[in-house]
Amino acid sequence: MKIQDRLSETLRRFFDSDIWFSFTRSRITVAAASITLAYALGALLAPWVSPHNPFDPGSLNLMDAFTPPFWYEDGQLNFLLGTDDQGRDIFSTILYGSRISLMVGLAAMVMAMVIGVTLGLLSGYVGGAVDNFIMRIADITLSIPALLLAMLINGVVRSILPNVSHDDSALFVLVLAIGVSSWPPFARTVRGSTMVERNKEYVAAARIIGRSPWAIMLRHVLPNVMGPVLVIVTIGLAVAILTEASLSFLGVGMPPTTPSLGTLIRIGNDFLFSGEWWIVVFPGTALAVLILSVNLLGDWLRDALNPKLR
Amino acid sequence: MIVMVIRRLVQSIIVMLTVGLIAFSLFRFVGDPIAQMVGQDTPIEVREKMREELGLNDAVLIQFMRFAGNTVRGEFGISFRIGRPVSELIVERLPATLELSLIAALFALAAGIPMGIYTGLHPGRWLSKVFLTVSLVGVSLPTFFIGILLILVFGVVLGWLPTFGRGDVVALGAWSTGLLTVSGLKSIIMPAFTLGLFQLTLTMRLVRSEILEVMRTDFIKFARARGLTNRAVNFGHALKNTLVPVITITGLQLGGIIAFAIITETVFQWPGMGLLFVQAVEFADIPVMSTYLVLIAFFFVVINLTVDILYFVVDPRLRVEAPGSRGH
Repeated sequence: MKIQDRLSETLRRFFDSDIWFSFTRSRITVAAASITLAYALGALLAPWVSPHNPFDPGSLNLMDAFTPPFWYEDGQLNFLLGTDDQGRDIFSTILYGSRISLMVGLAAMVMAMVIGVTLGLLSGYVGGAVDNFIMRIADITLSIPALLLAMLINGVVRSILPNVSHDDSALFVLVLAIGVSSWPPFARTVRGSTMVERNKEYVAAARIIGRSPWAIMLRHVLPNVMGPVLVIVTIGLAVAILTEASLSFLGVGMPPTTPSLGTLIRIGNDFLFSGEWWIVVFPGTALAVLILSVNLLGDWLRDALNPKLR
Repeated sequence: MIVMVIRRLVQSIIVMLTVGLIAFSLFRFVGDPIAQMVGQDTPIEVREKMREELGLNDAVLIQFMRFAGNTVRGEFGISFRIGRPVSELIVERLPATLELSLIAALFALAAGIPMGIYTGLHPGRWLSKVFLTVSLVGVSLPTFFIGILLILVFGVVLGWLPTFGRGDVVALGAWSTGLLTVSGLKSIIMPAFTLGLFQLTLTMRLVRSEILEVMRTDFIKFARARGLTNRAVNFGHALKNTLVPVITITGLQLGGIIAFAIITETVFQWPGMGLLFVQAVEFADIPVMSTYLVLIAFFFVVINLTVDILYFVVDPRLRVEAPGSRGH
């Protein structure tokens, strides 16, 4: 079969599937997906679509500081949603901020997924003491809230790295902290389904023809246990973005020079009482809408993939 | 059951030791505490003298032994930043955090369980849909943003409620409570609501899904077939069987509430332990940070242990220790 045929065949099957049907049936889900897509595009294309570059100190003018949104009398159309204390355009900082928030969230989820799926496969397939050991660690990790654990890991890594590199390494530290603190759900789910798959005939067949345990785990079992993982990734993404924002809000996340949405809210919080509400409300709303959309997508996906609920 | 409790206890002690070691060894190496305490023009001799007095020059192992011994005796050293014993600071701050967490948890349970039961029993009604939508918004709105919005609306624009601190407090022995004064009660409304909202939505969704699950089972059909009233079926049979996961999650949530209190306390400048911790992180105040970690770990261990024991009380199936019944 030619590649084109295969592609169109896959696409046709996708559009014929239950999942696509239930997707188009739910207007909220379509809306959530569109909003998430818009965020992803806005974040990806931020340098081209944002009206200003808020991180180029040369383009900033302190005279523009505290400009209110455009519908105010002294607002400017140039700065749609107003500016912050340094004269940075709020709309542009939100675009760039979403970019960082999404990047950290996605990278952390990929990391958590790789760790969790690997350990879950091992745990479920090998069993015995290995299983026990991995699951005890998962229990302990789960019993500490991700936020606290992430703060702890964050503090550890920061203390190891020299002071000067903190701002540059903040992104990696955050990804590491959030990734390491959110792997247990993956491990538990994958372990559960692996234990079921392990006893099926196709695994026995693979073993008889002499495939290595790793090959069986990765090539045979893994594709059959990935369904629920997709749901955890989506819901976990919302949590990861939230955790990142919380850490940044508390001042242990992204630095003000390359702010994420959480950092922007932290900055804006200082001006709450002096009447410049737009510095905090717009980034906050942007964050809330992003998390809400991702959550809605995750909810829908969970229901769509779970035939029990239909 | 006793075997289980003992096994859990041993596990808990191991966890506490590990946390103690982490708390000590990690924060021993964060920043330079002396540099945080003194001004830039302090001569080196004075710095060295302070280093010697605080015991920062001793071997790391000796420092850990001292740390562990002191911790067990309830002595957590002297705060680098404030210069007072940490145990004093904790005793001062603990009531604020515990009051806030307790009120928030009560609010979450008192509102979350009934809302969950309602949405579970009547999934199609419009009020259920409203509850579910609100809960989704509650999960999605970041805690600190809810707090900020509340401050903006009720504090800055309307001016109804105080925006920071816990108002006037009354001392009951060592415990200072804000629950007995008008300004104290007014001050706790917004923080407790902010802190409890997330837990409320979790509780509600959990109760709802458990009820939905249980309503499909045969014993509920049988109860209906026996002609029991709706009330008896819903509350006598369905609700009772949803309690195990609710207890687990509620218990584990208590820990979550205390952790999330860090954010809420930062937003509302609530003088609790979370605020103390955040300030300690900023100033590399090692004794305060390690004490907070050890204390939080202790809370978690106690909560997890209590939840495990409650299982046995609630679910009779677990009390039968028949071989091969595991994994059922």
